[in-house]
Amino acid sequence: MIVGTQKPFDEVWEMVKDHKKILVFGCNTCVAICHAGGGKEAEILASMIRMKALEEGREMEVKHAAIERHCEPEFFEPVMEEVRTYDLVLSTACGVGVNFLSERIGEIPVYPGINTSFFGAVPEAGVFTELCAGCGNCILHLTGGICPIARCSKTLMNGPCGGTNKGKCEVSQEIDCAWYLIVERMKKLGTLDKLAEIQPPRNWSTARDGGPRRVSLEHIRAYEEREEQKSELAGGKKQ
Amino acid sequence: MKSGSNLERVIASGQPAVTAELGPPMSADPHEVIKKANILKGYCDAANITDCQTAVVRISSIAAAVIAFQQGLEPVMQMTCRDRNRIAMQADLLGAAALGLRNCLCIAGDHQKFSAAGRLKGHPGAKNVYDVDTCQLVGILKKMRDEGLQEGGDKLEVAPKFFIGASWTPMGDPIDFRPYNLMKKVNAGADFIQTQGIYDIEGFRSQMEKARNLGLHERTAVLGGIIVPRTAMMLKYMDSSVAGVNVPKALIDRMNKAKEAAGDDKKKAKELQEVEGIKITVELIHQVLETPGVKGVHIQAIEWETAIEGIVKAAGLYPRPTFPEA
Repeated sequence: MIVGTQKPFDEVWEMVKDHKKILVFGCNTCVAICHAGGGKEAEILASMIRMKALEEGREMEVKHAAIERHCEPEFFEPVMEEVRTYDLVLSTACGVGVNFLSERIGEIPVYPGINTSFFGAVPEAGVFTELCAGCGNCILHLTGGICPIARCSKTLMNGPCGGTNKGKCEVSQEIDCAWYLIVERMKKLGTLDKLAEIQPPRNWSTARDGGPRRVSLEHIRAYEEREEQKSELAGGKKQ
Repeated sequence: MKSGSNLERVIASGQPAVTAELGPPMSADPHEVIKKANILKGYCDAANITDCQTAVVRISSIAAAVIAFQQGLEPVMQMTCRDRNRIAMQADLLGAAALGLRNCLCIAGDHQKFSAAGRLKGHPGAKNVYDVDTCQLVGILKKMRDEGLQEGGDKLEVAPKFFIGASWTPMGDPIDFRPYNLMKKVNAGADFIQTQGIYDIEGFRSQMEKARNLGLHERTAVLGGIIVPRTAMMLKYMDSSVAGVNVPKALIDRMNKAKEAAGDDKKKAKELQEVEGIKITVELIHQVLETPGVKGVHIQAIEWETAIEGIVKAAGLYPRPTFPEA
């Protein structure tokens, strides 16, 4: 899932204070699970803005709403007409949602209500950990299922640096050394010998370094096109 | 000869090599480098010029290395993987070679958050690079030198001839993997290795035995790291806070005893600890050099370069070998 965290309220207020009709727009998938930007958090943020507006003597209409996902067009369809009646949308979806809505909404600004942090998991209630960096070229079969790109502070590919201290990273005692975990895991799996092989310099072009990425599945696109044509034809006959 | 550097020649001659360390200043003034170079000259075969150590901006390693070289001290330029991508690395390596540098130590580099262990502001918000890691950087240097090729495959008309070094933390976590970590650097092309500071001789010897069992001592020159202790407090700090450094209690006790012998006289306490620290250093040098497979020592007298002369002489490592110009 995508993990987000709430922005400091002062930062949010600076963004919104000059607008008159604001929609705080939540997303009920990933960012709801991490208590950052679901419908509930959108509602709370909307009321905080209303209170602040009252305190500052500013006339402001602040509403909230939420949909299941902000990353596919069909989820927006039932609400878009209503959304377009505001002069600002404060989206508490992840950054994907903010971009996606910005491209579709027309002349209305969409501002980020949260910070989008990482791809992660929920090891225990209220804790979220980064486990994948989305580099576009997975090598987890070589590292015991533990990612050195997401989880080593230096994205080292050939073993630990000299900074490992009692299994922790030199950056912080709160961070596990990924290579410590990799070595221990591969010892258990009996595959430590795999680590003796040198991993050559990576081709980072599959990651963000290659520019914004896009995946296009031609067979799916072709299928969708055929289905569309079929329904158009069927519709034509009826008429 | 791979590079023809003085360090390479000393190692090839079979005599124990001595390297030291010179930390460039946080200043545009070259005089501190000049001063330190002249203090170290003649007492080591080459001196490492650190590359923004502790993640703090200083005169660049290459520039300071050239200044030291002009003073007659052979430098080991250092290159961290933290600050440059492979394009900048190779451009700097070509430039360094063109300026006459012949030794390069490849290291990961302290994380940008380190900021001299929080003593300075540093740049903890900097973006790090780590396009390649140490092992990969060693491989890039070797490919440039031996195949005359850039990492991407383009040809180099004149190849940079570096004596290639890497670091090793023999006592670091996960300890079982450390000999293999060394093996990977050697397989990638490391001609020499400088280790993290050694105080726990037994632990070091056990790791060296594993390295010998892998045949690594015959394929690379291991220079054992010696960090000159100056105070009991420094030894305690290194034991508790520096990754991969274990200091036996007996050594800390010796330094404490030296300190206590001075009573309330702070100046004397400092002097007595320094004398004891140098004594410990000389003992460690002998113990490290007696360890099978070790080809020399890397002595770091951090911000105490003047100690090197006395240490090298007391250890019986003076004068340093000289060779006629090639």
